[in-house]
Amino acid sequence: MKKIDYLLAGVGGQGTILASRILASAGLEMGYDVKTAEVHGMAQRGGSVESHVRWGEKVHSPLVEHGMADYLIGFEMLEAARWLTYLNKNSVTLINRFRIPPPLVNLGKASYPSEKEIENLLQSRGGTVKWLNATDVAEDAGNPAMSGVVLLGALSNLVGGDQEIWLQVIKRLVPARFVDMNQKAFLAGRDAGRD
Amino acid sequence: MKELITGNEALAYGAYLSGVRVGAAYPGTPSTQIMEKFASFPGVHAEWAPNEKVAMDVGIGAAFAGTRALVSTKHVGLNVAADSLFYAVYTGLNAGLLIACADDPGMHSSQNEQDNRNYAKFAKVPMIEPSDSEEAMQFAATALEMSETFDTPVIIRFVTRTSHSSSVVDIDPDALPPPAKERKPYKREIGKFVMVPGNARRRHPVVEERISKLREYAESTPLNRIEPGNDDWGIVASGAVYQYAREVFPEATFLRLGMVYPLPEKLIREFAGRVKKVLVIEELDPFFEEHLRLLGIQVIGKDVFPIVGEFSPSLIRQAAIKAGILPATAPVSAATPAPEISIPIRPPTLCPGCGHRGMFTVLKEAGVVVMGDIGCYTLGAASPLEALHFCGCMGASIGVAHGMDKGGIPDRLVAVIGDSTLFHSGLHPLINTLYNRGNTTTIIADNSTTGMTGHQHHPGTGYTLQKQPTLKVDLERMVRGFGFSKVDVCDPNEMDDFRKILEDHLKGEEASVIIARRPCALQSREKRTPPRIDPELCTNCGTCLDIGCSPLVQDEDCVSINEAMCTGCGLCVQVCPAGAITREEE
Repeated sequence: MKKIDYLLAGVGGQGTILASRILASAGLEMGYDVKTAEVHGMAQRGGSVESHVRWGEKVHSPLVEHGMADYLIGFEMLEAARWLTYLNKNSVTLINRFRIPPPLVNLGKASYPSEKEIENLLQSRGGTVKWLNATDVAEDAGNPAMSGVVLLGALSNLVGGDQEIWLQVIKRLVPARFVDMNQKAFLAGRDAGRD
Repeated sequence: MKELITGNEALAYGAYLSGVRVGAAYPGTPSTQIMEKFASFPGVHAEWAPNEKVAMDVGIGAAFAGTRALVSTKHVGLNVAADSLFYAVYTGLNAGLLIACADDPGMHSSQNEQDNRNYAKFAKVPMIEPSDSEEAMQFAATALEMSETFDTPVIIRFVTRTSHSSSVVDIDPDALPPPAKERKPYKREIGKFVMVPGNARRRHPVVEERISKLREYAESTPLNRIEPGNDDWGIVASGAVYQYAREVFPEATFLRLGMVYPLPEKLIREFAGRVKKVLVIEELDPFFEEHLRLLGIQVIGKDVFPIVGEFSPSLIRQAAIKAGILPATAPVSAATPAPEISIPIRPPTLCPGCGHRGMFTVLKEAGVVVMGDIGCYTLGAASPLEALHFCGCMGASIGVAHGMDKGGIPDRLVAVIGDSTLFHSGLHPLINTLYNRGNTTTIIADNSTTGMTGHQHHPGTGYTLQKQPTLKVDLERMVRGFGFSKVDVCDPNEMDDFRKILEDHLKGEEASVIIARRPCALQSREKRTPPRIDPELCTNCGTCLDIGCSPLVQDEDCVSINEAMCTGCGLCVQVCPAGAITREEE
């Protein structure tokens, strides 16, 4: 059973923790040993957040090593770029074409890198970069806040697992009244990721 | 049934399955979810205490009464609870007492990275440390048995990466709910429970004898074990770090310490005798290393692995390569040189609609010296608000402001403290300010919840942890009851009102209190129509950006509002000098 290491990067409040739980639980359902690591508290208040998710035969550390991530899932463009050092030549970065300018940019004291600059940066380690308009897809499915679930839908094409496994995990982890919408967002992401 | 749960949740499960029926805590990252999870089980009493010392006394009392108890805290909370921990080590208990304590190496959400393993040695209390969720659940049962066998509190140590990591546990659905455990009978024992000097003198030898017995226990408990491997390197590790080291050194021989204190000296000597070199890999202090050195064992430890900061497999690998312990691996080099782009930092910020923003904007404008405290409002220290001069620990603001006043700072001193933090440890310094003829102003930033840790109830919210309605302490009546006569209440995002009140208090010649009350925006989810910015009127002066509200974005020649993020609080309308930002009629 091949190990698969994921890093989910976003801005506090974007739902990286829920997405990492769905991803880890799906791995568990597929028969992997899994571990996750995340940060709560102060960092959540609109700051940079990252979640580690690891699938494998037997996983010891919940933290992914630098240069060892198989997938980087960027919920926001700048946040994807921030975790460059986790990538290697085989890594795939799945990136949401979505910007949340950090305070220094809002204040005009720093600039937000262009899409091209971010793509060049992420490709400098030799891996591939796949863009997705996950926030738009999520909005079409009912709420732009579901961009993480859309990204997972796209990711599911790459890492396997029966569609039904993913949908059941979403059903179990998302509050009942949001299940339909999230499943719809997942499937929309799965379609969008095939392009 | 295999479930994926965090270490915090697993500990709560383990405690519940072992018959714990009383729990007490004050919220604190990374420990908060321990008590939240425990509170969700049927038939338990779980409470948010105003602070960790109270929580500790409640846990001790329940254990005295004969019911197994759980106290949970973050590392610095144990400082607050230390006085109670230390007497409980002398008195012993009746039923088991489990203290879950979570350190925060790397300070993800804390003011220091103290290593609480030192408390075990200091207080003479056994400490165990799980390395993942499965162990957290099992160790809870072991700890409670140990607590009752040796008549002592037992600390179970977590770090952020065991508290907030999820891993797989096997929960037997047939084990739920666990059968009720019969309460151990309570009897009055003056010599054991009344710690006057005469009795305490007789208890101290009991404590020493107990630790000796626990040292013997440590030799044979399965919590500690030698995991044989290649004998070139023998690695001593515990907790999360053990898991990292297992991954970096898959072939090595390990001494895996599940019991952090007291240490098994015979087992350590046996281990050191069977390997060529001993490597101690531990986060923060050289706790194991010093002990091994005392035993005359040569070790490699803090000369290779840092004393500061959080560890990770990457950090351990790099340090080991640098020291020649591991062969240099080919670095993961860039296929093409990484382009030089700067990635602006993204620090945490106050949420849109937060009342602290209005408060700090006015305080900054007034140019007063402001002592801060622990909570979301600590973010008022950062750019662009930059209104705080100090933040130290829970409840420090008021006493430090008073001390600075008495120390000769000529300006009027202001302390800013949240409602939950005030109940935690702000009441005594507030009374002190009155008693010792202070002349400072305390602003209670009252968002009616414990914000930073995720909206926990406290004595001022009217609800308990288990969502039962209860008496709600009225802050205004409380401080008036203390004797404050100058007390005002207002919404700090109504800036004119707040400004007038602040100016009045700053002119005063007595200690005073302003209750700056506005419900937490993240909790109330109040959303009004976002204001509009008239590009014709906007002079692009940047005044509105200085309130540091993330929906306000600098565009080419005008500021714009991200309507999805804006809560419509209207603070920017109040600060715009050009009148370019206006409220929509609703």
